Amino acid sequence: MSLHRKDENLFLFSGNEALAQGAYESGLQFAAGYPGTPSTEIIEYLSHLKEVDCQWSVNEKVAFEVALAAAIGGKRSLYASKHVGLNVAMDSLMTSSYVGVNAGFVIVSCDDPGMPSSQNEQDSRCFAKVAKIPLLEPSSPSEAKEFVKKAFEISEQFDIPVMVRMTTRICHTKENVALGLRTEIPVRPFGVNAQKYVMVPRNAYQRHINLEERLVKLKAWAEKTSLNKIEISDKKIGFIANSVVYFYAKESYPEASFLKLGMSFPFPENKVKDFCRKVKKVFVLEELEPFLEEHIRALGVKNVQFKDPSFRVGELRPEDILSIVKGKKKEHKKTISRPPSLCLGCPHRFVFDLLKKLNVVVAGDIGCYTLGFSPPYESLHTCLCMGSGITFFEGLSRSIDKKVVGVIGDSTFVHSGITGLINAAYNKTKGTILILDNGTTAMTGGQSHPATGTTVKGELTKQLSLEAIAQAAGADTVDVIDPAKHQEFEELLRRRIEENNLSVIIVRRPCILLIKSQKKQ
Amino acid sequence: MKKIQITDVIFYGVGGQGVLTAAEVMGWAALLNGHHVKKTEVHGMAQRGGSVESFIRFGKQVYSPLPVDSHVDFLVCLHPEEHVRFKDNLKPRGVDLIKYLEKAREAVADKKQFTNTFMLGVLSHYLSIPESCWLTAMEKVFHRSIEENKAFFAQGRKMGGSL
Repeated sequence: MSLHRKDENLFLFSGNEALAQGAYESGLQFAAGYPGTPSTEIIEYLSHLKEVDCQWSVNEKVAFEVALAAAIGGKRSLYASKHVGLNVAMDSLMTSSYVGVNAGFVIVSCDDPGMPSSQNEQDSRCFAKVAKIPLLEPSSPSEAKEFVKKAFEISEQFDIPVMVRMTTRICHTKENVALGLRTEIPVRPFGVNAQKYVMVPRNAYQRHINLEERLVKLKAWAEKTSLNKIEISDKKIGFIANSVVYFYAKESYPEASFLKLGMSFPFPENKVKDFCRKVKKVFVLEELEPFLEEHIRALGVKNVQFKDPSFRVGELRPEDILSIVKGKKKEHKKTISRPPSLCLGCPHRFVFDLLKKLNVVVAGDIGCYTLGFSPPYESLHTCLCMGSGITFFEGLSRSIDKKVVGVIGDSTFVHSGITGLINAAYNKTKGTILILDNGTTAMTGGQSHPATGTTVKGELTKQLSLEAIAQAAGADTVDVIDPAKHQEFEELLRRRIEENNLSVIIVRRPCILLIKSQKKQ
Repeated sequence: MKKIQITDVIFYGVGGQGVLTAAEVMGWAALLNGHHVKKTEVHGMAQRGGSVESFIRFGKQVYSPLPVDSHVDFLVCLHPEEHVRFKDNLKPRGVDLIKYLEKAREAVADKKQFTNTFMLGVLSHYLSIPESCWLTAMEKVFHRSIEENKAFFAQGRKMGGSL
């Protein structure tokens, strides 16, 4: 490493920025995603680069398909989202390995161990395996930059989408990153090939055969690549580790031997067996799911110790390494921490004041307004995933003998609320849905979306009308109100709740942070 | 293998106080001084007025972005009520800058947004990073009121070591 030097070309870059820069240097031509912590800064970084056609898409499924198709069309493309975002694109992901690519296609999935900003801590590595695509796992921002370049090469060499799996601790760690030059990659010609790109049963069967052949070749490649690196030092103790956990162990046990796994699917079985032969006692270190563990257990090697299952919960931290080596269980310590709250001047405050007063059951959704669950409001009662503010409103209305109100933000409504609204109308649901329109994707730092009328690059574009689409979806009444007009808002909501209709109220007042940032400019 | 010398700092406080911005300046100052830096923090929901923290580690080569035994050389806390969260995480010869927070608040008076810069100035007294690196770092991070930031930084730097 030659990081200890003064260099004009060095920047303090987060993992997200470094990954985006690496993709840019690889000749990236198209990128799409939907905002979500800890992934947001990838698309934001790329949006400033004129060579990259870049977009916030309506949701992750749309982003995935547009980006995959851009790769099939011949341009190096990238998709980026948080872990739960990839769930929305699961349908597209599962068949993408069958069709393959043309120019390289990289899927960036950012996991959130410890959930500082998510509803669950699912492990994207399992998705790579089930979708049958190669999986790369950088351990630091500078590796993120290098690995994404490798990912494009693998994608083109083996005609397959490649996942680069990040975690919060890598996305939001900054380190010295050296900028390199961009390599321009010519657009690859798109050849009509129905057997490859039209997934009807007969073609898909042949593509599945082809996919298994590609995976055999990829496995052989995984055995050889320096992404999976054996470092033999003290032969008495060794660690098999991935992601940031490798560095925790490396610092805690500088004299131990290491097998650093940077490509863990297809799994490099022989390299693991080889390492376990060379080292007396081996510990497997990984955050979240027992992904490496299950592969290694299947090899039947005897001198390996795994973490206690209690460590599947939460982030692994450097101090946990010793506990794992000692075979201890995780202590789930309660830390003192100030909980987040709605900002002073936040328009959502008016809404939850009123909902509390009306004593209704509230189906909530993902966004700043989820904080309506907490004191002093305590007037948001469910939140599962994007779009569930409307679908839970419907389901709860069908079971509960009490007034139910659905609450969903503007960006979330466009992301996955529209289908729920159509369903509610189609299936004759009655009741009231509030679209909390603060004019931005606030929780993730204020990104544009179709109803803001601006693109990720800040250009004006067609603006989706929430009023018109709510009406078209089948709402009996659509009102627009400023929640700061307390009395009018209260009268309107009380009236709509009592009607035997499906009503949508667009509660429109800009995010206070949006107003502040506009004042600054 | 000899243990690599690393300096560990934690900046912490409440969302909106400039905790992450202060850490960003510190990170750049160390980078400009030729150190390998790793700086890690929380984004997203926690930032909405909740507890915020950022760890910075710098030295010849830094592996882990988090301090290995969770203990640090410097505590830079920007909110008195938050101090308790990491007060026991100081290394035996570490320095807790909480004793300067009251002075910082007095110095910035109603310009609360400069508390972080004043505290950076205090911290800079204890570190062997040249002043020029700090000034360049501030130019890279602050987009407005650069001169005022530099002035409060200088005040803090002068105050450093006095308590």
